[in-house]
Amino acid sequence: MELDLSSEDAAFRDEVRAFIAENYPAEMRVTNPETDLTKEQSLLWHRILHEKGWIAPLWPREYGGPGWSIMRRFIFEQETSRAGTLPPLPFSVTMVGPVIYTFGNDAQKKKFLPRILSGEDWWCQGYSEPGSGSDLASVRTKAVRDGDQYVVSGHKTWTTLAQHADWIFCLVRTDSSAKPQAGISFLLIDMKSPGVTVRPIITIDGSHEVNDVFLEDVRVPAENLIGEENKGWTYAKFLLGNERTSMAGIGRSTRYLARLKQIVKTEVGEDDPAFGEFIREIARVELDVLALEATELRIVAQMSRGIDPGPAASLFKIRGTEIFQRITDLTHQAIGNYGLAIREHPVSANRFMPGPDYGHTATEKYLNSRKLSIYGGSNEIQRNIIAKAVLGL
Amino acid sequence: MDIQLTEEQELLRSSIQRFLREQYDFGERCKIVATDEGWSRRHWKSFAELGLCAAPFQESSGGLGGGSLATMIVMREFGSNLVVEPYFETVVLAGGLIEDVASPAQREAYLPQLMAGESIWALAWAEARSRYDFSNVDTTAQRQGESYVLSGAKAAVIAAPWADKLIVSARTSGGPRDRSGISLFVVDRHSPNLHLQGFRTIDGRRAAEMTLMNVEVPASQLLGTEGDGVAALEACRDRAIAALCAEAVGAMGALNSATLEYSKTRKQFGVALGTFQVLQHRMVDMFIALEESVSLTQHLNLSLASKKPNGSKLASGAKTKVGYAARFVAEQAVQLHGGMGMSDELNVGHYFKRISSINVQFGDPAYHLMRYAQQS
Repeated sequence: MELDLSSEDAAFRDEVRAFIAENYPAEMRVTNPETDLTKEQSLLWHRILHEKGWIAPLWPREYGGPGWSIMRRFIFEQETSRAGTLPPLPFSVTMVGPVIYTFGNDAQKKKFLPRILSGEDWWCQGYSEPGSGSDLASVRTKAVRDGDQYVVSGHKTWTTLAQHADWIFCLVRTDSSAKPQAGISFLLIDMKSPGVTVRPIITIDGSHEVNDVFLEDVRVPAENLIGEENKGWTYAKFLLGNERTSMAGIGRSTRYLARLKQIVKTEVGEDDPAFGEFIREIARVELDVLALEATELRIVAQMSRGIDPGPAASLFKIRGTEIFQRITDLTHQAIGNYGLAIREHPVSANRFMPGPDYGHTATEKYLNSRKLSIYGGSNEIQRNIIAKAVLGL
Repeated sequence: MDIQLTEEQELLRSSIQRFLREQYDFGERCKIVATDEGWSRRHWKSFAELGLCAAPFQESSGGLGGGSLATMIVMREFGSNLVVEPYFETVVLAGGLIEDVASPAQREAYLPQLMAGESIWALAWAEARSRYDFSNVDTTAQRQGESYVLSGAKAAVIAAPWADKLIVSARTSGGPRDRSGISLFVVDRHSPNLHLQGFRTIDGRRAAEMTLMNVEVPASQLLGTEGDGVAALEACRDRAIAALCAEAVGAMGALNSATLEYSKTRKQFGVALGTFQVLQHRMVDMFIALEESVSLTQHLNLSLASKKPNGSKLASGAKTKVGYAARFVAEQAVQLHGGMGMSDELNVGHYFKRISSINVQFGDPAYHLMRYAQQS
């Protein structure tokens, strides 16, 4: 589906397309970029975008953003995602960056923002804790003020790519007597600080994306507190709003759907009893994608006119993740008997993997995508948000 | 239609349960999977000693005469404990085929060792392009004097890397995809010109891609009538489905218990997860999925035991219904366990993966749904 673009915006879209085609590193076109790239490799595209001034579409111009309209931001998101480029690390650019320029002080802005833009600092998110799940306000990690430092103790979990991180932004409890949301602060912690330990969590697809992060009496300079003490919940919610906007994943679903069609064409003969079933299911998912894309375009148009999208992000998250899960499920089915095989991690060319190349990641994608309806606020929580905020229930 | 277990069957079930409870917890299972071979010969020996390897075979073959109900009992317990040893491949697939179509001499040659737990078997029917069609076979077998010479490639043969014997399907006559002309052969895994390339499966087992380049097999190792392999494989698939459904039911039961337990202890927003109505209803649906699967699995196994007509159609129906039900239960068990459900350390994800594997083996639910429809 294409937007009805002004000639200026259409020229911008063409420029983005051409830029990606000319500059996206071939090295990053691996079977599964999310798990198969080294830290250095996954930063290549980040650095290219930084040099071009396109690394932080959301950010205001004064902090290094390109100053794009909502429409241009959307076009950029659409083009990069359709082209299958690996998005820059969201924890840095999309999450902590906006928190720092919105709620941080001048010294913090000066210290952190340029290093986020350049990719020099890799950030991870210290929100979830064992036992917290979708109930983030239940945070138990403690920060106790001691002179001009905080002493932090606790256990963060499901911390994505913490193994590469230079910094972690953490929700910490600074007032245990207050109501859950009221006693939380937002603290930036150097991962090299004594007392920080990272332990890998291997997920059911065999990959290492997430980690436990243990904080044992970690001394953090008080100057790393964002905004005011005990106001962290406000900043955290602001950040989550950003996290959930990009979850429709139309570009990704469109690419995976095209790939699924190719696989079905090759793998499932017209005389296979299940052929008709595949055709029907693929058509259904395609319509789901179309409807979600149309919804996204409608909401972008409304936002361009200054209308608050409300909890549209929850709708995108629910449908975007359900659709992608369905596509990975069908892809796993499409490769037939080779759906029994799974790549071993860490991935290496020396390890034998049977069947055609296009099937090699089908199993792990199917398994890995189960997380989508759990993280970033489970889909049950997103439905609660819509029930409350839209339906008034 | 509820099956009342006989005293003998009850004894079989409780002896497996006791053994698995005492010696095959999830930690032990993880250790086994992490070894080079990926299964435990020590436990396999114990299974044989418990009589599991002989349980389903007729007494005239030296078995314990338990039939498909014995298989059902074993597989359900194996499913609830995620047992990885090649019982399904050796006893259900190969043993079943031997009992069904082998000559008396072959039965005499193969079954005693198999029932004693002294030989491991694997069934190689799939090929890279065959999907779930037994007649779509490019591997050929040509008669040369007192031997057949086999050439071709077989795909995703579970348990092959350490099997002693393989049952291989090959075309002895007819054109591509002809129903007749497929024959089955017993092939020694160490035969010259037979090459295996092993890989790990989604559920922690080992499988192999197999290449046969002029592998010579004595004519005495033709299994069943030449050219009638598809019918033998179809009957084998019905038995396989009955066993896999029982295993899936065992896995679903374990997932439902784990999820229910978790929902009572895990707190969110100050209350137990299980107090949220949306999750209560989800778990009710998981319960119903299991009940229906138990019923259909019993119905199928009883039908096969009494050789009722339409057993094959019912097998496809059960593969579909139980397959979808198991997938629903597995997906929801992961979802309700949240991040923990994604962790490889918890058993939930491993049940999920075993169910995913069961759904692929011998045709996925979508394939069998259409097969069921076409058999009406």
